[in-house]
Amino acid sequence: MKAVVTVTGTDRKGIIAQVSTFLSAKDINILDISQTIMGDQFAMVMLVDATDCKEDFASLSAEAAEVGKKIGMTVRLQHEDIFNAMHTV
Amino acid sequence: MFNTTDVIETIDMIEKEHLDIRTVTMGISLLPRIRESAEKTAEAVYERVVSRAKDLVLTADQLSREYGIPIVNKRVSVTPVSLITAAFPEKSALVALALDRAADTLGIDFLGGYSALVHKATADYESAFLSTIPEALASTRKLCSSVNVGSSRSGVNMDAVKRVGELIKETANLTKDGSGCAKFVAFCNAAEDNPFMAGAFHGVGEADCVINVGVSGPGVVQHALSFAPEADLTEAAELIKRTAFKITRAGQLVAKEAARRLGVPFGVVDLSLAPTPARGDSVAHILEELGLEVVGGHGTTAALAMLNDAVKKGGVMASSRVGGLSGAFIPVSEDIGMIEAAERGAISIDKLEAMTCVCSVGLDMIAIPGDTPASTISAILADEAAIGMVNNKTTAVRIIPAPGKKVGDTVNFGGLLGRAPVMPVHTGSAEKFISRGGILPAPIHSFKN
Repeated sequence: MKAVVTVTGTDRKGIIAQVSTFLSAKDINILDISQTIMGDQFAMVMLVDATDCKEDFASLSAEAAEVGKKIGMTVRLQHEDIFNAMHTV
Repeated sequence: MFNTTDVIETIDMIEKEHLDIRTVTMGISLLPRIRESAEKTAEAVYERVVSRAKDLVLTADQLSREYGIPIVNKRVSVTPVSLITAAFPEKSALVALALDRAADTLGIDFLGGYSALVHKATADYESAFLSTIPEALASTRKLCSSVNVGSSRSGVNMDAVKRVGELIKETANLTKDGSGCAKFVAFCNAAEDNPFMAGAFHGVGEADCVINVGVSGPGVVQHALSFAPEADLTEAAELIKRTAFKITRAGQLVAKEAARRLGVPFGVVDLSLAPTPARGDSVAHILEELGLEVVGGHGTTAALAMLNDAVKKGGVMASSRVGGLSGAFIPVSEDIGMIEAAERGAISIDKLEAMTCVCSVGLDMIAIPGDTPASTISAILADEAAIGMVNNKTTAVRIIPAPGKKVGDTVNFGGLLGRAPVMPVHTGSAEKFISRGGILPAPIHSFKN
């Protein structure tokens, strides 16, 4: 199953490292990353494959949000279908 | 890979513009649970609802976390209870209490269907059932009630209209600030698959059990329009359509997935734009974004007609099955823009009535003086029912004659129900007209066969 990770907040060091470490620990593979910085605002979007992750997706989302809190960013892990549904016909 | 802009747009819609799924409503037929006594029926109904909807809240919460979109309410609608208790209508309150208890057990927000369909005539058992509504609303917390008093096919049952005015007064007097009336709505052309409260019930033509979803998102529409201040109304309508499409797609996704996980059929997505009292979640503010100084002024009906139409056109394309009320809601107490317009005296019940000719429902969540006669409330309902009947649309009245309150006072309902400035009504009596009773005949264009 594919999911989208978004990370937003004030830019600082080690954001990608922290998020990637979390994903790797959960056996989640990163398929693509795109990031932009507007002023000091950081926005990263990752497409990930969570097929090998055995955890319940809802609790995984909650854990991702916790990682965000630790590094002072907002981290969201959402099923890709919500974006597919809203932006494709 | 996704377009980053699209991803961020969705995130912003949810986090900044109040995009949410307003409700996942499970419709449950109670027909298989009619027993020989009210006591046994109440027990059977409780078990039916609790067993059918036992995973509703859990599933909705899981979906909410997985998709990252709030699902605000989890609700259940049931077969109109007047049909379930037809053999012992005066004991219907036992079923009301059982349903309210089921709602508590399940942890859902509301349960609708303490209802009667009397659009052509009121049978004796329905008459007895209607009399139980005020007490049922006063003695329960989550139960919602509705009465269908007319249809385009059958006309308007004016005896029922008269009775409903009395029931609204009784309910108001039995509950604090008349708040029980917020859980009661009278319809013309009621929708059998409406997931929204207070009017949700599970029609007899529906499947045994079904999932209906109501979306929301006035803030998203307003935000989109705010980037196009110079757009003409054709372009604005296109923009609203595109936004409604996206909102509805989110609803469709949640509806299909909730139905699959719960093992029940997907019913409909209701395309309604449902406001809340939160700032940035207002239908009134969309109309003001279109260029009105304040909602309620001249031009409001035209702006609302355009909005309502664009929401439907965008939404229909986005969902495989659309139903319910589908359009823009214009409740007063539940919409910060409406509340403020009412407090300024900028919007009147007369203008709201005109607006209901072009949008999805009717006079909704309006507080009126506590000394308003029952016959005046019935007359307000008669006007709305006539609009619905002649225009082949659903209309409704959810009105609160707040005991002891007068124009200028405010009634606070709290939560999603918001606060309502008490609005003036016309004082010319309709007593004689309402006391005539009978049927307001269906229009000639109802004979389509």
